[in-house]
Amino acid sequence: MWRDTVLVAGKDLRIELRSRVVMHQVVPVAVLMLVLFAFALGPDRAPMAQAAPGLFWVAVLFASVLAVQRSFALEAPDGARDGLRLSGLDPAGVFLGKTAAVALQLVVLEVVLTAGVVVLYGSHVRSYGSIVVAALAGTAGLAAAGTLYGALAAGLRVRETLLPFLFLPVAAPVLLAGTRAWQAALGLGAGNVGSAGDPWVRLLLVFAAVYLALGVVIFGPLQEAS
Amino acid sequence: MSSSGESAVAPWSPVATWVVRGLGIAAAVALAATVWLGLWVTPPDQVQHNLVRLVYVHPPIAWVALYLAFGVAAVSSALWLWPRTRSRFWDRLAASAVEVGTVFTALTLVTGSIWGRPTWGLWWTWDARLTSTALLLVLLLGYLAVRRVPADPDSRARRCAVVALVAAVDVPIVHFSVDWWHTLHQGATVLNANLSPTIHGSMAWTLLLGFVAFTLLFAWMLAIRYRVEVLSEHVQDTELDVALHERWAEGTDPVPAEPGGALV
Repeated sequence: MWRDTVLVAGKDLRIELRSRVVMHQVVPVAVLMLVLFAFALGPDRAPMAQAAPGLFWVAVLFASVLAVQRSFALEAPDGARDGLRLSGLDPAGVFLGKTAAVALQLVVLEVVLTAGVVVLYGSHVRSYGSIVVAALAGTAGLAAAGTLYGALAAGLRVRETLLPFLFLPVAAPVLLAGTRAWQAALGLGAGNVGSAGDPWVRLLLVFAAVYLALGVVIFGPLQEAS
Repeated sequence: MSSSGESAVAPWSPVATWVVRGLGIAAAVALAATVWLGLWVTPPDQVQHNLVRLVYVHPPIAWVALYLAFGVAAVSSALWLWPRTRSRFWDRLAASAVEVGTVFTALTLVTGSIWGRPTWGLWWTWDARLTSTALLLVLLLGYLAVRRVPADPDSRARRCAVVALVAAVDVPIVHFSVDWWHTLHQGATVLNANLSPTIHGSMAWTLLLGFVAFTLLFAWMLAIRYRVEVLSEHVQDTELDVALHERWAEGTDPVPAEPGGALV
């Protein structure tokens, strides 16, 4: 299973390195969202800095829809999906591989977005350790749930509209928990880093663990449906 | 074609037909009794006056939506996915439960909102229960959207079962996160003060009857919806055949006599 994971993740990342669709299209869209949020909240910096954690996670959430769509668009032409099924790779490995590739791309995106939040909204990071942990845990959960729904919607004619409708409400806890964890780490809100941040990071970890486990179990039957 | 076709589709045995009919009658009687007890027999509350009568409606509806319907949908989806218990029955039952559950979840929000406006002065508040119920409604609508995507019955059933299970797993996470979201940022709300009124005597019995009535109503609606599912599958299976036969029959009919009618 782990060997298949590395193979599939390597394949997806190699395609991304050569096509640069996520780097050159999804990441700019996410940065653009930060700019659009600034237009919505006015030229004043105070409300933007206050809302920065939430805006960051909203941008990540919408960008992850795009990243998942890209991840499954890779396998749409030339019957690549059937090829992947015929290859004899472990479905759990395929799931973990695609999840890992999406997660890695999202991490790159989040690094860019964090720089954007600091520069554009004037946020000050109090604790680098906790934003990194929260971001990694949240990203793993988003990538796992997204890949699960991406596989479900793949091959359907309504996939572009179905994926966000199914995925975003399920991912709502990540937005909530990620925002709260970041608020603590950026020194916003009432709680300080130690007290308020911890349960939210734990929630992010539980979300990631649940969806990774569910994907490993359910991806096989799901592939048969599409 | 029509009369013989209808009688050929029997979703259940004649005995079950009578059971379902009995369920419907029992639900109607129990609901009527709840209305009578709730509106005329029970006294108004000291704090909430007549508004308290919503307690006979709102909690039973919420119980049906959030526990019964969702439970039936999750369990039957899991039973469909389990290869040993796989049968069309579980798929149809899950779909029926979700559809009926969606109606009840929407009714939970509506009745809660109607209750909230006079007691709290707000149609909506970002309270933990309200927020998680609203998210649940969106999850159920997502299931129905997947249900409507055209596909062969087997892969549709598989897809729907996965959606139901993934959503079911999400429900406790949503519940806890929204609970913390609220409690970490605000203290006690009006909700806590009003949601546990001391109930006794005729009010308690009426509330209990309300739970029974809405549970019966749910069971009856579930059975009827199941029957509709079987019939609509039958229509889909035979639709093309029927259309073909009608078209062929047109060819054997004498040509219509109106002048120019064929050209228009």
